[in-house]
Amino acid sequence: MRMRTMEISVGFLMLAGFLALVVLALNISGLSLAGQGDGYKVYARFENIGGLTVRSKVSLSGVQIGEVSDIRIDTDLLVADVEMTIRDNVDYLSTDSSAQILTAGLLGEQYIGITPGAEDETLQDGDRISDTQSALVLEELIGKFLFNKVSE
Amino acid sequence: MLDWIQSLGHKGLSRLAAFGRAGQLLMQTLIARPAPVTMFPLLVKQLYFVGVLSLVIIVVSGAFIGMVLGLQGYTILVDYGSEQAVGQMVALSLVRELAPVVTALLFAGRAGSAVTAEIGLMKATEQLASLEMIGVDPLRRIVAPRLWAGFISMPILTVIFSVVGVWGGAVVAVEWLGIYDGSFWANMQQAVDFREDVLNGVIKSIVFGFVVTWIAVFEGYDCIPTSEGISQATTRTVVFASLAVLGLDFILTAIMFGEL
Repeated sequence: MRMRTMEISVGFLMLAGFLALVVLALNISGLSLAGQGDGYKVYARFENIGGLTVRSKVSLSGVQIGEVSDIRIDTDLLVADVEMTIRDNVDYLSTDSSAQILTAGLLGEQYIGITPGAEDETLQDGDRISDTQSALVLEELIGKFLFNKVSE
Repeated sequence: MLDWIQSLGHKGLSRLAAFGRAGQLLMQTLIARPAPVTMFPLLVKQLYFVGVLSLVIIVVSGAFIGMVLGLQGYTILVDYGSEQAVGQMVALSLVRELAPVVTALLFAGRAGSAVTAEIGLMKATEQLASLEMIGVDPLRRIVAPRLWAGFISMPILTVIFSVVGVWGGAVVAVEWLGIYDGSFWANMQQAVDFREDVLNGVIKSIVFGFVVTWIAVFEGYDCIPTSEGISQATTRTVVFASLAVLGLDFILTAIMFGEL
């Protein structure tokens, strides 16, 4: 009988541990069960990517639709070439969409915001977004501001 | 002068010998003579003592540590106007660092000392010797279930500590201080990565559980069989286990997050 209560409480401990791990995975680290590895790739060149890193999010109107999967230097143009993986179910981005590097909050992380265009054709795997806007670098802004002040 | 050097050498050698004996104990218990079937009821009993009975202290301290983190994080972050980030601060510091370390320290104090005292008393009252006399292997019967119970329950307790801590932080930050709960959870989920943060924390806790129970079992098994010896062994368990956990934590953190 005592053995039974012990076994039951140990069983509860195991169950609690397992549940806690599930909570950690789903609720705290935001791991989604539907694998989001699949998607199509879209490329964009930026003059300056600021603090953008691989796995930064790609969003449309603030809703995440994919993530940055690779960043490298385009050796011909000497600018950053960013590879984004957009989820497969997002198949309505027109070919003249534009991409901007934005910052979440004042000190937050940087992400890519897509602004849809007006074309009927949609972006396919391997396409390139040509209309891009680089990250705002605070030092450059301050520099410009000071320069303008001086020239006044 | 020469005497001093001699005593230094003696101390070093005896430490080294103790380390060797500890390794031998581990090898003999875990690898050389596994007996999973007969061990199972004993293991359940030890899991109850080591795991279930530690649950209360783990849950209570987890909740309070999470609440303190929420409060401290809020008062600091509100100066920069980014108090929504308190969620990710609480979750990251708990999952990566505080949950494995504090659980291991509490575990060493709560369960490790008890294991050492129990095995030490068994040795002092010659129960281990009489077990050997009637042909029962004390390593298999006494040591192995306690070792396995420690290995198994540490990660479970750590994960529970994390969840309770985050919950405590959420209670303070969202309910009392009035942070919008959507941004609290969303910031947290964006910042915490399952493999990088959660799994690394669990790996830490597995290592700590291994080290703490190993030290506890060895100190008990290797103690001087007198009442004084038992008390010394119990103290050594808590001190060595805590130091080993804190030192290993730095090394593991450097490997996992420091890009070493």
